[in-house]
Amino acid sequence: MTATESRPQTRAAAPAAPPPRQPRVISFSHRLSRWDLKVSPYLYISPFFIMFAIVGLFPIAYTAVISFMDWDLVRNSGEFVGFDQYVWILTQPHFWTALRNTFSIFVLSSVPQLLLAIFIASVLDRNIRAKTFWRMSVLVPYVVAPVAVGLIFNAMFADKSGLINSWLQLIGISAIPWHVEPFWSHVAIATMVNYRWVGYNTLILLAAMQAVNRDFYEAATVDGAGPIRQFFSITMPSLKPTLIFVIITSTIGGLQIFDEPRVFDQFGRGGSAQQWLTITLYLYDIGWGQWNFGRAAAMAWILFIIILGIGLLNLLLTRTLVRDEGLRSELSKREQKRAARATKKTVKESQR
Amino acid sequence: MSIGTPTPLAVVEEGIPNAAQRRRGAKTIRIRGSRPGFWVYGTLGAVFLSAVFPLYWSFVIGSGDATTLRGAFPWVPLGNFIENATAVLNNPAVNFWPALWNSIYSSFLIAAAVVVTSTLAGWAFAKLRFLGGPALLVFVVATMAVPQQLGVVPLYILFSDLGWTGQIGAIIIPALTSAFGVFWMTQYLRQAVPDELIEAARVDGASMIRTFWTVGVTAARPAAAMLFLFTFVGSWNNFFWPFIVLDRQNPTLPVALSLLQSNYFVDYSVVLAGVVLATVPLLLLFIFAGKQLVSGIMAGAVKG
Repeated sequence: MTATESRPQTRAAAPAAPPPRQPRVISFSHRLSRWDLKVSPYLYISPFFIMFAIVGLFPIAYTAVISFMDWDLVRNSGEFVGFDQYVWILTQPHFWTALRNTFSIFVLSSVPQLLLAIFIASVLDRNIRAKTFWRMSVLVPYVVAPVAVGLIFNAMFADKSGLINSWLQLIGISAIPWHVEPFWSHVAIATMVNYRWVGYNTLILLAAMQAVNRDFYEAATVDGAGPIRQFFSITMPSLKPTLIFVIITSTIGGLQIFDEPRVFDQFGRGGSAQQWLTITLYLYDIGWGQWNFGRAAAMAWILFIIILGIGLLNLLLTRTLVRDEGLRSELSKREQKRAARATKKTVKESQR
Repeated sequence: MSIGTPTPLAVVEEGIPNAAQRRRGAKTIRIRGSRPGFWVYGTLGAVFLSAVFPLYWSFVIGSGDATTLRGAFPWVPLGNFIENATAVLNNPAVNFWPALWNSIYSSFLIAAAVVVTSTLAGWAFAKLRFLGGPALLVFVVATMAVPQQLGVVPLYILFSDLGWTGQIGAIIIPALTSAFGVFWMTQYLRQAVPDELIEAARVDGASMIRTFWTVGVTAARPAAAMLFLFTFVGSWNNFFWPFIVLDRQNPTLPVALSLLQSNYFVDYSVVLAGVVLATVPLLLLFIFAGKQLVSGIMAGAVKG
């Protein structure tokens, strides 16, 4: 690194000396170099874009086409049916159950996950010993496969004397039917999601917290603000861009949930009465259980539209709810402007 | 006090912090309360325990027999782990060894390919000016919001036309590129390589590819290592697409794991022994590269 960094200073001075002139003879190597300059960027991005077009963009567009078709698996082609597949899905009671379950699991996982992550990050942000050890320890669950997490927690949440129920009974709470009641199954699945992702989000938020200028806290202390006031007036506003990032990514991931509910029992169909059937589980069942690709494609598009909608909604909500970094005054923008105008007026009048 | 005099410790602590203290955050001590006490370490200890306990628990249950799950939790490992693990390894429905090998080489190939394509494209987006570049980058980043489910139906049709369903190639090919990878490398190279360095190389007569190789690849190495790690972990743990497209005879580890409990009667000590077996390789990777994973997440967050 040091060797390369010292170079530009010595080189930068050299070409400044001769005045720029038009080269009279354009040599072959010069032409080659100009061609190189023009074409190379496209060459560098081409491996990515060629693959991306084949396995990324083409399938997305083709999913839209298939979703308007009644796909025949034997002939491997489809018949155009318009919006029939979308109508079919939207009239299925299972779809609405799956939608409710997905939202319920998503809310039960993302909200506690974020609160926990902010809390743990602010603890890690303290001046603690063995920083690396603690940071690594929160990340351990991240490397465990979601399927493995699902299998572990499925056994822990077993209805008849699983570990969680036996602990609950120890403290005098009767056993909870984790695999029967929709709400409790959602809690159990959300716990798996939280287990795997809290540490990851903690580290992202911790990085943002460490980027906050420590002088702000110093000034706040001098002004007499306590730790809680400092957290809400300095830390939270500074976290806003990172919070938006974390919320958007967990929305995209959370609404696609498949692995954990799939292994929550041995049949993988979302429970005997669809207690924990999610949208992606349902998509899998339509596509590779009932072998109806047209409907599965329509389902995929509906899922995408839901994700887009919720993502945008979250973006707007976070923007309004978390105070802006620049806005530290008690007054709103309009009030600030009014105050400024009033001051201007008095200044003018006093000058007269 | 003259310069040579050793300063008494008490004076340093109450006065202006010296350089070493400043680096360790002496300011934070003074401003944000004293050295963290019991409750901070208590909280961290609880977090640590809740992260590690489920893994330990699955090992203990995996070392018991079919009745262990029903009884009281024994807390210490029992003697049956080897037996249960052998049951998993020899279970013809699970195909553990092919699954392990499939997971290793597919994750390795995918991570290597993602690093190569992302470094090339990231270098072009970060440091080269070309028509349509910024717009294409925005487009790539926007596709990160597209769920995986949106592509699976046509991909399945495509691979079944090619006769590749059940082949491990069907999970490698779609994963060879990553929009996230391109974004990651672009962000990193943009701030890691000063433009003057490239100009200097050009003035010296280096071709574009030579500049990329000597300046770009050298600078990209740390970010490329991170990207490799994250892609490796991600593709190792991926379940949805492999579950759809792979045969039961030729699975990856997560698919094989899900097959462990697909019967009406499930012996959870065998299932959890399988979970432990499948988790150990990545835990080993974590022991070696956990520090890099941590700093990778934290670095990505600051820039993103």
